Amino acid sequence: MDSAWLIPAFPFAGFLINGLWGRRLSKKRVGTVACGAMALAFLTALRLFWLLLQQAPDRRIWEPVYYTWIAVGEFSVRASFLLDPLSMVMVLVVTGVGLLIHIYSTGYMHDDPGYARYFAYLNLFACAMLLLVLAGNLLVLFVGWEGVGLCSYLLIGFWYEKRSASDAGKKAFIVNRIGDFGFLLAIFLTFWTFGTLQFSEIFQAAVQRFQPGDMVLTGITLLLFVGAVGKSAQLPLYVWLPDAMEGPTPVSALIHAATMVTAGVYMVARCSVLYALAPLSMGVVAAVGCATAVFAATIGLVQNDIKRVLAYSTVSQLGYMFLGCGVGAYVAGIFHLMTHAFFKALLFLGAGSVIHALGGEQDIRRMGGLRRWLPVTFWTFLAGSLAIAGIFPFAGFFSKDEILFETLMTGHGLLYTLALGGAALTAFYMFRLVFRTFFGESRMDPETAHHVHEAPGAMAVPLTILAVLSLVGGWVQVPILEDGKRFARFLSPVFESARGILAGTSEHGTHPSLWVEGALMGLSVMVALAGIGVAYRWYVADPQRPEKVAARFSRAYRWLLHKYYVDELYQAVVVEPLKRLAETVHEWVDRAVIDGAVDGAGALFRRAGAVLRRIQTGLVQHYALSVLAGVCLLILAALAV
Amino acid sequence: MELFLFVTFSALTVGSAAAVVWHPHPVKSALFLILSFFSMGGLYLLLQAEFIALMQVLVYAGAVMVLFLFVIMLLNLKPRGEDRAAFKVRVRWAVPLVLFFVGGVLTAVTGALARLAPAGSHGPDWVAAQGGNIRALGRLLFTRGLLPFEVTSVLLLVAVVGVMVLAKKERR
Amino acid sequence: MVPLHYYLLVSALLFAIGVTGVLVRRNAIVIFMSIELMLNAANLSFVAFSRELQDLSGQLFVFFVMVVAAAEVTVGLAIIVTLHRNWKTIHVDAIRMLKG
Repeated sequence: MDSAWLIPAFPFAGFLINGLWGRRLSKKRVGTVACGAMALAFLTALRLFWLLLQQAPDRRIWEPVYYTWIAVGEFSVRASFLLDPLSMVMVLVVTGVGLLIHIYSTGYMHDDPGYARYFAYLNLFACAMLLLVLAGNLLVLFVGWEGVGLCSYLLIGFWYEKRSASDAGKKAFIVNRIGDFGFLLAIFLTFWTFGTLQFSEIFQAAVQRFQPGDMVLTGITLLLFVGAVGKSAQLPLYVWLPDAMEGPTPVSALIHAATMVTAGVYMVARCSVLYALAPLSMGVVAAVGCATAVFAATIGLVQNDIKRVLAYSTVSQLGYMFLGCGVGAYVAGIFHLMTHAFFKALLFLGAGSVIHALGGEQDIRRMGGLRRWLPVTFWTFLAGSLAIAGIFPFAGFFSKDEILFETLMTGHGLLYTLALGGAALTAFYMFRLVFRTFFGESRMDPETAHHVHEAPGAMAVPLTILAVLSLVGGWVQVPILEDGKRFARFLSPVFESARGILAGTSEHGTHPSLWVEGALMGLSVMVALAGIGVAYRWYVADPQRPEKVAARFSRAYRWLLHKYYVDELYQAVVVEPLKRLAETVHEWVDRAVIDGAVDGAGALFRRAGAVLRRIQTGLVQHYALSVLAGVCLLILAALAV
Repeated sequence: MELFLFVTFSALTVGSAAAVVWHPHPVKSALFLILSFFSMGGLYLLLQAEFIALMQVLVYAGAVMVLFLFVIMLLNLKPRGEDRAAFKVRVRWAVPLVLFFVGGVLTAVTGALARLAPAGSHGPDWVAAQGGNIRALGRLLFTRGLLPFEVTSVLLLVAVVGVMVLAKKERR
Repeated sequence: MVPLHYYLLVSALLFAIGVTGVLVRRNAIVIFMSIELMLNAANLSFVAFSRELQDLSGQLFVFFVMVVAAAEVTVGLAIIVTLHRNWKTIHVDAIRMLKG
């Protein structure tokens, strides 16, 4: 267990090497260093996973403390990790998917001049993300939290010569800052309440000292959720994620789909005890999650940029995860997090492969029929789409269905209906993407079509591995079967106390018959199939249909196309008033007061110098005269005494 | 007789010194300075410092002043003199100040004279025993003043080297 | 025997003339001569005190002062020559490099 620190240390070493000497190393070396660091981290994680499995289930928690980081009076923070099944799952996902995406990037970014810089950032991101998931207290978690935010900013704005890219980076950073503000307040409130930031101590104290529904805990959890909303792109702070697609596509896959944006979900799951004691907060989490899931899905219906569709789908899927956590189904939420990491990374990498093949083209209106030229990309992308749509037996089916099932079982009928509708929308927009991109007639211009080529090996291999994972990834948690829920059993020690509290407060634990469960599963598959069917009829069988529909519901279509005008709303309500305030302050405080003081000080000394410099005649005899005058003064003083 | 000689020599010394400062032409200033140094040698004789008097004439009035004259000739200074009017204004300001200063110092020194007592282990008797002023001074120089004496040789060496560096034309 | 006071007075006058020369003249060579005058004034005091105190050490000092003066004159005059070479003048009011 002592080697847990090695997991983030490897990527950090890679960051240092590539960051300091990357320009002088060959591309091959840079790629080797970056991928090697991730591979070593992955192997270390695997070894720890093995060691963890050796222990009895209730002893699978390690808390290595490395040193006392801050000690000020009562306040002391240790640099410590918390290694339990939950963080283990996250570490495996981050290092595993991260490794695949690193390998993919060596192919995707091969001709980019910022190759070394790219991999340095990517390694730094991996380090920060691992720090985040391994953190043993809120402050270490916050360090990782800010670290991934920084890397996200750097990588979104990776092509900073492009105005839109640097703007998107800034937008992501600033919107995240709003969430981080809430998170920081939550940390302060936690320390004020518990006198410690260590997870284990907080949870123990919370269970012992607080009754469910306590106001302070509700405050803490709501503030934590503000942070999660920012980082995980939920309503109303989701606006940065679609713009984040300006970054390189592997970055979108790693940071803005598979790992970083799930940090909020992880954090809520990590604090499950606190949430369990604050039913109001759980309701908020579930409601926000469900609303986001449907809201983002509707926007995804009409977008034409392949990456933007995926971005909105990410927002939507994150909503499902929060819905799971909000209804107390933490296992389902984390489970969906894991499977989503597989298939969404796969989808983004597939989209990246398409973009790569088409020389940077991202508009699905100018694609079509790519199945023939990109078979590997097509089949893997199809696997990912089936997984996200929730078709049996792909990974997404098991995880999404479990969230829906738990939502209904905890008595949230409305949320269930909405989420089920969202699932239909998901299936529709994903297969709209598939059909528009890979089926039908080619709508590419001939020049582009001439250059279309299948992904190189470095890109094809990760795609294949992720496709396999998207298929089998859900099998660790099979419902109905007697011995099926291995994943839940593995995670159960983490969520034990939260489940215990929930069982005491609600009708948790009532398990319906297998028939009901089976029927509900059938229903979700049916809904997903219906979505796919509609997409097939509209985009393959009758290509004129979508335009007719759009024309008929032109007002609704325009609203969706412009993403409900949320960006415009924020611009008018938040950005413009702030800008005006800043200009006023600039005019009156900066210009008049501060500049005036500084300029005044400068002018004072300049004028004093202008007067005093006359003394400095340069004539040595004047200096001699002043010496003599000084001596005379001394004599006068002596005479006076 | 002694007082008469003293008055003559000191009048010559001070008068020609004043002429050095007053006279606009450097060459004449230098010649007045030689006169001043000569008469100061006479004052030294009156003080029974024969060797110093000799040195004064040889080193100062001889060597040093020759050097001065050499430089003046070498530079071939144009007779463009100083602004005499401004010069006289400066003198009018400087003289009272300087006199006040010198007067103050002189008062302080004479005030302290009462506390002086002859310490002389190297008094006239000892000088006589050595066989004259020059012998006595030489003995003193090579016993008590040996270290400063050697150090002055270093000083002279430094001066020689420094002058050579300064006088050398810069080579590109 | 002429009293010490007289000698001190002469010495003080010589010194005053030297200081005045340094202050009022603009010709570097004359300024140098004035400095020589001040040195000689000091020498005169030394010798006068040497007689008054019945001690030969005063004359020893004069000897060293002369050596230092000789060295100083050579270096100083060399500086003046160099100045003249570079500025074509030895009037100190024309040479004001110390002015800020």
